[in-house]
Amino acid sequence: MTKSANDGAFVEFERVQKSYDGETLVVKDLNLTMPKGEFLTMLGPSGSGKTTCLMMLAGFETATHGEIRLDGVSINNIPPHKRGIGMVFQNYALFPHMTVAENLAFPLEVRKLGKSEREEKVKRALDMVQMGSFGGRRPAQLSGGQQQRIALARALVFEPELVLMDEPLGALDKQLREHMQFEITRIAHNLGITTVYVTHDQTEALTMSDRVAVFNDGRIQQLAPPDELYEAPQNSFVAQFIGENNTLNGVIQSISGDRCTVKLDSGDVIDAKPVNVSKVGDRTQVSIRPERVEINKDRLSKDAHTLKAEVLEFIYMGDIFRTRLRVAGTEDFVIKTRNAPDQVRLQPGQQIEIGWLAEDCRALDA
Amino acid sequence: MAQNDSTTGGVMLAADGTPLKKSLDRALRAQKIRALALIAPLLLFILVSFVFPIGEMLLRSVQNTVGTDYIPDVLPNVVVELEEWDPASGEAPPEAVYRAMAIDFSAAFDNKLHTQLGRRFNYETPGMSSLFRKSGRPVTKLDPESGNLKEAFLEIDKDWGRIDYWATIKANSGRYTINYFLAAFDAERTLDGIKLKDPDERVYQKLLLRTLGLSLVITLCTLALGYPVAWLLADLPARTSNLLLILVLLPFWTSLLVRTSAWKILLQEQGVINDIWIWLGFEDRLSLINNQLGVIIAMTHILLPFMVLPLYSVMKTIPPSYLRAAKSLGATNTVAFLRVYFPQTTPGIGAGGLLVFILAVGYFITPELVGGADGTFISNRIYYQFSASGNWGLAAALGTVMLVVVLMLYYIYDKLVGVDNVKLG
Repeated sequence: MTKSANDGAFVEFERVQKSYDGETLVVKDLNLTMPKGEFLTMLGPSGSGKTTCLMMLAGFETATHGEIRLDGVSINNIPPHKRGIGMVFQNYALFPHMTVAENLAFPLEVRKLGKSEREEKVKRALDMVQMGSFGGRRPAQLSGGQQQRIALARALVFEPELVLMDEPLGALDKQLREHMQFEITRIAHNLGITTVYVTHDQTEALTMSDRVAVFNDGRIQQLAPPDELYEAPQNSFVAQFIGENNTLNGVIQSISGDRCTVKLDSGDVIDAKPVNVSKVGDRTQVSIRPERVEINKDRLSKDAHTLKAEVLEFIYMGDIFRTRLRVAGTEDFVIKTRNAPDQVRLQPGQQIEIGWLAEDCRALDA
Repeated sequence: MAQNDSTTGGVMLAADGTPLKKSLDRALRAQKIRALALIAPLLLFILVSFVFPIGEMLLRSVQNTVGTDYIPDVLPNVVVELEEWDPASGEAPPEAVYRAMAIDFSAAFDNKLHTQLGRRFNYETPGMSSLFRKSGRPVTKLDPESGNLKEAFLEIDKDWGRIDYWATIKANSGRYTINYFLAAFDAERTLDGIKLKDPDERVYQKLLLRTLGLSLVITLCTLALGYPVAWLLADLPARTSNLLLILVLLPFWTSLLVRTSAWKILLQEQGVINDIWIWLGFEDRLSLINNQLGVIIAMTHILLPFMVLPLYSVMKTIPPSYLRAAKSLGATNTVAFLRVYFPQTTPGIGAGGLLVFILAVGYFITPELVGGADGTFISNRIYYQFSASGNWGLAAALGTVMLVVVLMLYYIYDKLVGVDNVKLG
C-alpha cells in the first residue's frame, strides 16, 4: 500500500483509460484529483465518458489502463462491496420487495451491526431526509421525490466518506429538482462527505458544485469552479456547452497582450481577448455571453469597435428580455437585457449598434 | 369549482340531474357490450369444448349406467324385488327376485345389453362378466310363469346363488353411485360395508402419490437447470439473447413423440450414453430407461422451456442496477443474489413451477413410452380404463380426483405464496 505523493488528495484518477471493445477509447487519459469534502460534478453530453468514470470509481467497470486511488490507496483491484462508497443510482434502485426501513438497514445488516444500532442509524438517516414516518412503506408507495430522498439516505446510512451520484434528479420535475439540488448540497456539506455527481444538466452542475469537470470525447475539457467555467471557458466546447453563448467566426488580425482584434468572415472587425489563440492569421471562434452585449453606445469606450445589427425578434420573458439579432451574417445572435424601468424594448426591424468590453469577448479555438 | 358539483342527499348528480353513477354506467354500457361481443366466440368455444365435456366427465363419474341406460332402467323389476332382500342375512335372494331377473334379463338380451351389464358388474366383482355372457340364451328360454326359477337359474350356473353377486347388483340399483370413486380411492364394498383394499392392491393411491412425487422432482429439476439459463438470457444483450431464446424454444418445433423417442435411443441399455459409459471404462451398463429415472430425464427436458420462459420474462424486468446497488451497499455477490435478486424472481419461479407441475401431473405420452412398469403416471391408468378396459366411469372418477387434487394444490399455493405473485411476463 503506497501512499500517494499528492498529499490532501482523497480521490485520484491517474492516466486512466477505458475501452469496451478494444478499438475505441471511451475515456482517454483521465487525470483528476479531489480533496476531501469536495463536491465535484462531472458534466458532459451523453457518451462523453462521465458515467464510465463514475462506474470505474464505484468498481462496476475496470480501468483498461491507469490507476484509481482512494485516500492514497489504489482501488483498481478492490471489488465494489469492499470499497465502502455510497452510491445513488439514476432510477434509485430501491429494492422493491423491502420496506423503506429494510432498504436502509440492508447496508448495516451486511456489515453485521447490532439490531439497536441499526434501528438508531436508520432513524437518524430517515430524519436527515425528512422522511422519518415513512419507514414502513414500500418504495412503490412513494412519489419520485420521496424515493429520491430514500435512495440518498440509503447511500449515506453506513457513513461512507465518498458518495457517488449518477444523474439522481433526472426523473424529477423541475420544481422538485431544484428543491432536491439544494437539499443534496446541504446534506453533503453538513456531513462533510466527498461527493462525485454526474449530470448532463449544466444548471444543476453550476448551482451545486464546488468544481465542475466538463467532459467531452473522453477527456476533461475544463475543470474549474462554476463561476470560472461560465465566465472564462477555456475552449469553444466549454463555452458552447455551459450557458447560452453567441459565436462569431473569423481570423486574428492583430494581437497584443490580452487584447486582439478579429476580422470576422463578414469583414467586420471586433475586439476580443485571446484565450487559446497564439498568432495573427489563426482561425478563431469568438464567444460572447448574451448578457454581456451592450446596446447603449454611450457605455462603451470611444475607440471600441461596434457592429451593426438588425432586430429580428423580441421575446418577453418576465425578468429579462431576450432579443434575437442579425449580426455579421448570423441570424441567431441573442442578447439578454434586464427588465429594468429604464430598459428599452427593441422592436423587430429596428437597426441598432452593438458592442462589448474586449475582456467579455473570448477568442477561442475554431 | 365546488359550487358546480350538485348533490342531492349525498348522491352526485350529472349535469342533467340523473345520478352520476347511472349516467356513467350508461356511458360505459356500449363499451362493455362491444367488449363482450369480441370475446363471445372464444367464450362459446370454451363452453362447448371445455366446460361442457368437463361437466359431462364429472357427471359420468357418478352415473350408474350401462351404455346410455341407467341400470335401474335396464333391471326395473330386479331393483324393486331386491329392496326386500338383505345380503347380511347370508341367504340367496327369494324366488321373486329370480323371477324378476328372468323378465329383465330377457329384455336386456333382446336389446343386446346383457354382456355390457355383465362387464359393468365385473368392474366391481370379477366373474360376473362371464356369468352374464354364458347365461344369455339359456335365461331367455326360461318361462317367467314357472314357479321354480331359482332352481332353473342355479342349473344354468350355480354362481347365480352367490350372495356377493346379488349384493353387487343391489348396490348398483340406484341411478347414481359412488362406487367409481370408491375404486379410485382403492376402496370396495364388501359384505361388511365399505373398506380399503389390501395394501398391496392399492393401485391408485400408489399411482397418485407417484405422479405427484415425480412431478415435483421434475419441477425442481427444471428449476435448477432453467434458472441459470433464464438469468443468462436476461443479462445478455438483446441480439444474443434472442438467438439463445430460439434455441430454448427449438424443442417446441419438434414433435413430442420424436423427442421422447430420441431419449429412448439415447438412454436405452445399448444406447449412446451407455456406450460412452462403457467406453469410459465402467463395467456395468446403467438402466436409464423404462423406469422413474427415464421419466424424470425425458420430462425435465421436454418441460424445461415452460420454466425458462416465465423466469426469463420476470428477470428481464429486473434492472441490473439492483445488484449494483446491493454491492455498493457492501453486499458480497452471494448476499446480493440471495437477498436482492432472488426474492424478486419468486413470481417467475411460482409461475414456472405451477406451469411445469400441472403439465407434468397430466402428462401421458412420455411416461407411457419411457416409464416402464414403475414410471407410469395416473394418466396412463386413466387412458387404460377408457380404452382397453372400457370402464369410463372409473376413468372419469380418476380424472375428477386429479382435477380436485390439482385445484387443492393451487389453493395451497395461493395461501402460501399468493397467486397474484405469479407473473408470466
